[in-house]
Amino acid sequence: MKDCCNHNHSGEHELVVQKLSVTYPGGVKAISDLSFSVTCGHRLALLGANGAGKSTLIKALVGLLPINKGLNQGEVLWRGEPLTKSTQEIAYLPQLDKHQTTVPFTVKEVVAMGRYPYVGNTRNYSQHDHEEIEQALELMNLQDLAKRQINELSGGQVQRAFIARAIAQKAHVLILDEPLNGLDVESRRQLIELMHTLSYRGHLVISSHHDLRTVHETFDKALVLDKEQVAFGDVAEVMQLEAVKESLGIID
Amino acid sequence: MMEFFDSQLYQRALVGALLIGFSNGFVSAYVVMNRSPLKLSALSHSLLPGIVLAVWLVGLTAWSAFIGAVSVALLMGLSSVWLAKKTPLDQDTVLAVLYTGCFAGGLAMLNRLQLQQELEGWLFGNILSLSNADLWLSFSVGVLAVVVFSLFRRSILMVLFESEVAKTLGVPVNLVRYGVFALLIMVLMTTFQAVGCILAIGLIVMPGATVRQLTHSVTALFCWSGIIGAIGASLGLLVSYWVDLPAGASIVLVQIIFFIIAFIYKILIRYKA
Repeated sequence: MKDCCNHNHSGEHELVVQKLSVTYPGGVKAISDLSFSVTCGHRLALLGANGAGKSTLIKALVGLLPINKGLNQGEVLWRGEPLTKSTQEIAYLPQLDKHQTTVPFTVKEVVAMGRYPYVGNTRNYSQHDHEEIEQALELMNLQDLAKRQINELSGGQVQRAFIARAIAQKAHVLILDEPLNGLDVESRRQLIELMHTLSYRGHLVISSHHDLRTVHETFDKALVLDKEQVAFGDVAEVMQLEAVKESLGIID
Repeated sequence: MMEFFDSQLYQRALVGALLIGFSNGFVSAYVVMNRSPLKLSALSHSLLPGIVLAVWLVGLTAWSAFIGAVSVALLMGLSSVWLAKKTPLDQDTVLAVLYTGCFAGGLAMLNRLQLQQELEGWLFGNILSLSNADLWLSFSVGVLAVVVFSLFRRSILMVLFESEVAKTLGVPVNLVRYGVFALLIMVLMTTFQAVGCILAIGLIVMPGATVRQLTHSVTALFCWSGIIGAIGASLGLLVSYWVDLPAGASIVLVQIIFFIIAFIYKILIRYKA
C-alpha cells in the first residue's frame, strides 16, 4: 500500500489545536481552552459524556464552525497553517443516519463526491479523477458494489464507502463521528481493523467514541473532554488517570 | 373535439399546461429527494398575501408578484426558525400556525381590496385566462429550471445528499439552497395561474413521486418527471373539457392516477419476480 504522508516530514503533517474555545450564541460554552497536537499515523479517540463537546470539536476541526469569529477563540493549524487553507486535506465522515436516503446515489457517485475540491461544480472528471475514484473503491474492496445504490448497503459497507470518499479526496486526516454506532459485531471488528490500516498508511484518524471497552484496541491516542480538556496523551496512560476515570464514570 | 383544438383559448391553455406541467414535473424530482413536499405546501399557501399586497401596491406584473411572494416566503421561513427556537414548539407546528395565518390574511385582503372576482383565480387557478405574456413567462421559468439544475447538478445533489459534508468539500451550500428555493417559488408562481395555490402542490410533487417509484437514476428521475408532468397537465386539460370539470382538479386527478398506476406496476413486477 502507498503511504499517505511522508513520514520523514511527519512534523509538517501535524494537527495543532491551540487554546480553542467555542461559545454558542446565547453564551453557552461548548468547549474551552483545548490545546493538543497530533501527527499523521495516529488514531486519536475523542472521549467524553454526551454534551462534553466532542461534536463541537469535530465541527471545528472540519471547518463547519468558524474559529476566531464572534465568541470563538483559539487556533487550529494543519501543517503550520490555518486549517481553512487546506480543507480538502481533512475529510469529514458524519454519523451514518446523517445522509439523505431519498437521493438515489450509487456507491461510485458517493465516492466521486471526494473529487469535488479538484473538479468543482462544472468541470468533467478527468482520466486522473476516474483513476483516483477506482483506486479508492479498490482499496475499500467496493469494486463489486460500485454500481449498487448506497441505500441498499449495510452500515459497515456505507462506512467503507465514506472512507473511500475520503481517500478519493486525497485527505490526510479522517474525522469520524461515532463510526461504530449502529454496526453489528463483525462490521465493528472490520472497521477497527480498517482504522489501523489507515493509520499505518500514514493517515491521521480522529474519531469520537463511546464504547470504553474498545478504546484500547482501536486507538493509540486519547483526548478526554468535559467541556474542557480533562486529559490528552497515549491511550494506556490517559485511561489510568483518576480524573479520567471520574469523568468517564469508570469504576475499578 | 375539433372544437377544442380550433379554439384559441384552448390552444393557449394547452401550451400553458404543457409548459407548466413540464417545469413543475422537472423540479418535483428535487422536491421529492429533498423530502420537503409538506413544507412547500405550507409555503404555497402563504405566498398569497405577499402576491395580493404587491399586486395592490404596484399592479399585477410578473416581477411585483414574484417579489411579493419571495418576501413573504423569506419572512415565513425565517420566523418559523426563530419561533421554533423561542417556543417549545417544533418547526412543523410553527409552520402550520404561520401558513394558515398568512393564508387567512391573504383571503381577507382579497376581500377588502375589492379583488373578489380574482379570488377564485388565485385559489383554484384559471388556465383558460393565460395571456401570451403568461405563456412566455412559463416558458422562461421552465428553461431556467432546466438550465439551473443541469448546470449545478453536482453541487445541488451533494447538498441534498449530505449538506455538511458538501460544505467541507467546498460546495457553496447556502447559495445552492437559496438559489433553488427562489427557483421553486418562481415555478410555484407560474403554477398559481393555472391551478391555483391550493392544488399547485400536486403538480410540484406528484410527477416526482410517481417516477421515483420506477427509477434509481437521478437523470431519469428529472427527465421523466418533466415528461410525466407535461403529459399529465395536458391530458388533465383535455379531460376537463370532455367531462366538464374544473381544469385544476382534473389535472391533479390525472396525476394521481399516474401515481397509482406506477405503484400497481411496481407491485406486479415484484409479484412476478
